[in-house]
This record gives sequence, C-alpha cells and structure tokens, in this order.
Amino acid sequence: MAKVKARVKVQKKASVGEVIEIKTLISHPMHSGRAVDADGKAIPRNIIKSFTAKFNGNPVFNVDLKPSVASNPFIVFPFKVTEAGRFDFIWVEDGGKEYTASKNMKIA
Amino acid sequence: MVAQKMTLIPRRQAMRLLSGVAASSLFPLRSFATPDKVASRISEITNGRKVSDIDIYLDMPEIAENGNQVKIVFEIDSPMNEDEYVKTVFVFADGNPEPDVAKFNFTPAMGACGATTRMRLSKTQNVIVLAEMNNGLFAKADTKVKVTIGGCGG
Repeated sequence: MAKVKARVKVQKKASVGEVIEIKTLISHPMHSGRAVDADGKAIPRNIIKSFTAKFNGNPVFNVDLKPSVASNPFIVFPFKVTEAGRFDFIWVEDGGKEYTASKNMKIA
Repeated sequence: MVAQKMTLIPRRQAMRLLSGVAASSLFPLRSFATPDKVASRISEITNGRKVSDIDIYLDMPEIAENGNQVKIVFEIDSPMNEDEYVKTVFVFADGNPEPDVAKFNFTPAMGACGATTRMRLSKTQNVIVLAEMNNGLFAKADTKVKVTIGGCGG
C-alpha cells in the first residue's frame, strides 16, 4: 500500500477570540470492500474510521467515517482561539492503526 | 432427430434457470440504501423527538461529474457555548450501499459549527444532514445531487 501521509494546515499565529479554520488531509485509499482489483478479486475493506482533533490534550472535534467518505479524507473544521497551544490530530484505520500529526499555534 | 430436439430444449431451459439463479444470488451483494433505510436511521437517532426548523446551510454541487469526490459543506448557526451548542451532525446518502456517510461530534470549544469534507456518491441521490443539539432538538436539511459517474467502486 502506498504510504499514508497526513497533512494539516493551521495558521501559526492567531488572536484570542478569533475563529480559525483548520484543514486536514490524509492520503489513504479508503477501500470500501466493494471494489475489485484487476484480477476480479475483491479488495478488502480498509478505511480511516475515525478522526480526532485535540487542543492541549483536550478532544475538541471528532468524526466517525464510513466507506462513503471519499478516498484521501479531507476534513475542514472551525476552532475558536483562546490560548496558545498544540494541536494533535489522530486518524484511526480499520484494525486500529493510528496516524498522527501535530501543529503549534501562537497568539499574535 | 426427435430425441435430439428433446435433449436440446431442456438444456436451454437449464441454462436459463442457472443464469437466473446466478443473477439472484448476486443481488444481495449489490443491495443499496433506500430512502426508507435513511428514514429508519433518522427515526432511530431522533427516537420520536421532533425535528425542528433550525436552518442548516448545506452546500453541495447540483451536478457531480465524478461521484468519487463530491464536496459537502455544512454550517449551522449556533452560539456554541456550554449552554447551547450543536452536539452531533450525521450525514446520510439514500442511494449509496450504506446510508451512513459520517458522524461529526462537535464541542463548544470550536466556537462555530460547520465542516467540509468529500464523499462518494454511487448514483444520483439525496444527501441528508441531521443535526442534534445539546438540548435534544434536531434539525434536518437535504439536497439532491445528480451524479454522472458513480463512486463506490461500481
């Protein structure tokens, strides 16, 4: 399988009270278990089943994904800035394998 | 001659029968969600509580050229504080192999309620967004998307 790569875009500096937009993307085929390969064999299901965003250790946003989510899951969500800190992003694949990314944000 | 004809006809019938059996045994694998299934999922979640008329801004293309990557944007006007916030947003598609697409769990820390993602659509169908507020109220929005090339590997 191609290497799974997580990418996140968070602005480096923000002011208190501002609602910022966080963009996340993970390269993943999201095999639904319904498609077949070139030999006609079914490709087993393998999807990213959950995504969680944490800020300074507290979970702030979570998504449960189903096979109907497109390959390379792209998720954009808002976040209200209250203090400087660190974002942690966790994607969980079928079978429990985790992919992570993190970003730091300062107060402008 | 007569004997030969008699053997031919049963074989053809047998072939027709066999192909019929093969086709019907394939259908369960290809079962798709229906508006009924989505309606029953929604009633399962709402559990009889009524769906109020809170507005959901839902943006999807009217015509999707490729059902493999269809952008969905939703926003709900909510103060997003501890007393009043949107707890969960469910996305359903009534023509996909399974009705559930994604479930978004929001928290007041986000300051606003909205998200963008990309989904698969196997054919022209309705996409339904159901939101649950922390006070038990629900809101719903739906849109029809025409799909020219389906997703979902088939």
